[in-house]
Amino acid sequence: MPPTPTLPARRAQRRLAADAGLLAVAACFALPLAWVVLSSLDTDADLRVKAPSGITLGNFDAVLTPEITFRPLLNSLILCGGGTALTVVCAALAAYPLSRFSSRLNRPFLLTILFATCLPITAIMVPVYALFVQVNLIDTMQGTIFFFAASQLPFAVWLMKNFMDGVPRELEEAAWTDGASSLQSLLRIVLPLMGPGVAVVTVFSFVLMWGNFFVPFMLLLTPDQMPAAVSINEFFGNRGTVVYGQLAAFSVIYSTPVLALYVLVSRKLGGGFALGGAVKG
Amino acid sequence: MTTTPLPGPGFAEKDGNGGSDGGGRSDGHDGHDGDDRADRNRSTDPAPPSRTPHPPHRTGPHRALRSLTRALPVTPAVVLLLLFLAGPIAYCAYIAFTDLQLTGQASASFVGLENFRTAFGDEAFRNAVLLTLVFTVLSSLVGQNTLGLALALLMRRASKPVRTLAGGVVVTAWVLPEVVAGFLLYAFFRREGTLNAILDWLHLPSQNWLFTLPILAVSFANVWRGTAFSMLVYSAALAEIPKEVTEAAEVDGASGPRRLWHITLPMIRRSIGTNLMLNTLQTLSVFGLIWVMTRGGPGNRSQTLPLFMYEQAFQNSMIGYGTAVALLLLVVGSLFSLVYLRLLRTEV
Repeated sequence: MPPTPTLPARRAQRRLAADAGLLAVAACFALPLAWVVLSSLDTDADLRVKAPSGITLGNFDAVLTPEITFRPLLNSLILCGGGTALTVVCAALAAYPLSRFSSRLNRPFLLTILFATCLPITAIMVPVYALFVQVNLIDTMQGTIFFFAASQLPFAVWLMKNFMDGVPRELEEAAWTDGASSLQSLLRIVLPLMGPGVAVVTVFSFVLMWGNFFVPFMLLLTPDQMPAAVSINEFFGNRGTVVYGQLAAFSVIYSTPVLALYVLVSRKLGGGFALGGAVKG
Repeated sequence: MTTTPLPGPGFAEKDGNGGSDGGGRSDGHDGHDGDDRADRNRSTDPAPPSRTPHPPHRTGPHRALRSLTRALPVTPAVVLLLLFLAGPIAYCAYIAFTDLQLTGQASASFVGLENFRTAFGDEAFRNAVLLTLVFTVLSSLVGQNTLGLALALLMRRASKPVRTLAGGVVVTAWVLPEVVAGFLLYAFFRREGTLNAILDWLHLPSQNWLFTLPILAVSFANVWRGTAFSMLVYSAALAEIPKEVTEAAEVDGASGPRRLWHITLPMIRRSIGTNLMLNTLQTLSVFGLIWVMTRGGPGNRSQTLPLFMYEQAFQNSMIGYGTAVALLLLVVGSLFSLVYLRLLRTEV
């Protein structure tokens, strides 16, 4: 209990001040977001935040064509889906022995992994390009998927191993005595028990790949193969006049999947900011 | 979105105890420490006893075979990492010392340190280094870090609806794809954009921010985009501080700033270190955001190192030179990484 009667009053006052401060910052952060939402619905959008001069879905209609929206989104889905699947499978497999069996190699391996998570991937894109040209992987979906997976893997292994450490070993031992193999116990016992962890790794990988611009920008050349991250830039950036309403509409369409995934995973993990919780220092 | 990872997902274990360091936890499973230690001494069977009740002394080949089987699941990950991560890094270290070009050159020849000499004598390179420093200090060290901490502190005091709303808005900016964030802030800072509209409304002079102060504009963009990460890290860290500690200080009459300086900050110093390191690494490799907003221009007034590297390699077709710059960036990144690992180790 507070020793002086003024303390609760001071607390209330402080809460009000904090609320006001947070609202002010939130308003600044919200301005660009407001622009994209309002402009996507505006018949006559320009570059500033304003009430739409007329509400329309015309912008969405205009961009929902195979050429502008569907093909790039499909490409994004193939790239990020493939990359994420590869990442999650490899990470789960790799995390299992790291978490379950002790070996003198575990520690150096994990340290290397942790070191690799921090490397600036941007810096190696020029050599990756040169290398891909040499081995004929340039401008191929599979090459880009492999690179996506490799660049995401260190972090995925690290996360996965830590989540796996949280699954008690006793449950597995029961299965072992019943004659289950390691693979069976991984698939049937460990992974289901760490469902939230797998979800976090999956969503995190997918969201990062979905938003990644530089990797496909460097490794893919044919416009037909471009994911939304690059096509949006090429299509709208290289034209003389930009139709801002359509640009905003496309941005909304392109951003929705990752926002939805994020909301989904943070709900599933019991509110709060799941990814933040998963990556806290 | 950050590519920045953090160690020790505090999901199962309380952070900061076993979190200690990279591999330390690998042998810390409940109740099996004995086995693990035995394994280290190579004297007894390392397997959990309940699994395979083998005789205590095992022969060499058997052991090796089992270790191999156990290591098998790691193979796909290792192969991928070697081929697509370690390979390019090694290749990077090689072509940085050649004069490889983009167009029709049969073979590149070894030129030693020539590329690096060129770089350090290159006005544009020095400009890029300077701009990268400005960008990193402004947006990562000052912007994201301080604002993230401020938001996290405010959130602990604010009422729930406001907290949810503010958190939602800030995190949305973080989750948005990089290119979209670039467009949004491009629109915000343009001459006809929202910022100038507000300045006009306040009767303050407006200007074309992307032309007059491009590096400042992209730094703000990076703050907008990256603050959520720091906020989440600091929120998690602050939540771990026992309430009694701050309350005791409050009862003793310590003022807000004093409590922050003498109690809160020292208690979350581990998170501050981690966060600074990861923010910096993240900021060093920002490309898409700046590319979309300014393409490094006007002139090269917002050309940070990644953009400079790209320009040299592709617009000037000098892959060797571009890679030399990339290698420098990689070395700086590696140094930060090592400091980061070190930091995790000492703060057990």
